[in-house]
Amino acid sequence: MQGIIKLHTQNLDFFYGNFQALHQISIKFLQNKVTALIGPSGCGKSTYLRCLNRMNDLIPGIKVKGRAMLGTEDIYDPSIDVVSLRRRVGMVFQKPNPFPKSIFENIAYGLKVNGVKDRAKITAIVEKSLKQAAIWDEVKDRLNETALGLSGGQQQRLCIARALAVDPEVLLMDEPASALDPIATQKIEELIAELSPRLTIIIVTHNMQQAARVSDRTAFFYMGKLIELNDTDTLFTKPELKQTEDYITGRFG
Amino acid sequence: MKQKMMIKKRLVLQKIWFSAFRLAVLINGAALCVMVYFILSRGFRAISWEFISQAPRDSMTAGGILPCIVGTICLCLMTLFVALPIGVASAIYLNEYATQGKLVRFIRLGINNLAGVPSIVFGLFGLAFFCIVFKMGVSIASGGLTLGIMTLPVIIGASEEALRAVPNTYREASLAMGATQWQTIKNVVLPTAFPGIITGSILGISRAAGETAPIMYTGAVFFTPDLPSSILDEVMALPYHIYVLATAGTQIEATRHLQYGTALVLIVLVFGMNFFAIILRSKMRKKMRI
Repeated sequence: MQGIIKLHTQNLDFFYGNFQALHQISIKFLQNKVTALIGPSGCGKSTYLRCLNRMNDLIPGIKVKGRAMLGTEDIYDPSIDVVSLRRRVGMVFQKPNPFPKSIFENIAYGLKVNGVKDRAKITAIVEKSLKQAAIWDEVKDRLNETALGLSGGQQQRLCIARALAVDPEVLLMDEPASALDPIATQKIEELIAELSPRLTIIIVTHNMQQAARVSDRTAFFYMGKLIELNDTDTLFTKPELKQTEDYITGRFG
Repeated sequence: MKQKMMIKKRLVLQKIWFSAFRLAVLINGAALCVMVYFILSRGFRAISWEFISQAPRDSMTAGGILPCIVGTICLCLMTLFVALPIGVASAIYLNEYATQGKLVRFIRLGINNLAGVPSIVFGLFGLAFFCIVFKMGVSIASGGLTLGIMTLPVIIGASEEALRAVPNTYREASLAMGATQWQTIKNVVLPTAFPGIITGSILGISRAAGETAPIMYTGAVFFTPDLPSSILDEVMALPYHIYVLATAGTQIEATRHLQYGTALVLIVLVFGMNFFAIILRSKMRKKMRI
């Protein structure tokens, strides 16, 4: 598959203390494509995802080697502003985590912390983000009610809207549907499809059908190593390696 | 047959233990009830409008305790003013910002030890430090600062507990949107922890309201009919007034009902604060739905 490379890592190693969690990971993520990271629990896919917006920095005793580039900027360059990096590389988490604030305030939060003060502009972006996340119709009459009153699936779409509000270039999704029921999951998947023409998405998932449904490219991780990376159709129909085939057909993992 | 006996034996054992636990709770509740009844029945006679709206007269054998009520409230406010900002700031530093290591462990140990220092030691320290070295004399300021330091560990503890109860996912979500750590603390962590912090703090202050030893050298005096006009004024205080009437007066027996009456007012004040704290917390929690 061809395209502009939005984000890539080269020979990325990651350590929790002395334990090496990632070995020499090199992946190129194409602009406005969906890339799925799959693999069994503990294979390092979430750790890898969190390297891309430096969320791992919050954990004491970690070490990163190798390169991670957003466009032409080195993500781990000491001079880079981590705060603005995280604005450009948004994230949606496994468990829906809206703030205990109103629906409106949840979406407006990212704008406010990034210095947007114009009330009309904030209102417009809140509406636009909620529409993009396909939840506007469900919440437009209750914007001032607490976000914690929404269902799990609605909360997760709200979190996606919240991440979209600051206009990120890349969206990282860490098993965004694993805590949701099948109908809510389907809505999230439809949403990913709608967003992908304008946004580079990287999604970690346990669910191989989900990876096959939503992604353009798929990377298979095992024991902290990248085993195989290919177009999703190819990886799921004609995997190059026996190990990949065993995993996607459910023979291990 | 043998097995049946075994089962029965286990159930009996369980009954014995749970009865013991229940007894412990009953003793606890009974102690509170007896104490409140005791003070209520003896102090009730003293309560009148005059009692809570007038200054003492006739060598404190008659009249009211208004200066004591006002004095205790002033001392509490001063304590709150001192301990709340420092306590909450310390808790934020320790829980949100500091790298968890030897230094933080050492500081925590220090705070825990501060909580174990006898209150009379705080009183003497306050006398030497605030009253004499800082020349604040016996005043609301000295007394409030002394009580404030004494209350700090309680407020730090309550605040840290409230901060720890804020789910980490809130912090992650905020940081992932390009918020700085301070923005995250100010906009997400603190508002969520606020009900717990404020409740814990009020409970700490209400404890301080009943303390005698820390204020007997630093803030409270034997007798002053005037209400304070600045924080450098000395005041009367409820717990110290009880102590004075019960031990130092010339008419200890004759003022018995005044002693119980003062104790009753103090207990009502403290219970009132605690009740207010609990109502406030449940109101705020409901508003946030957490």
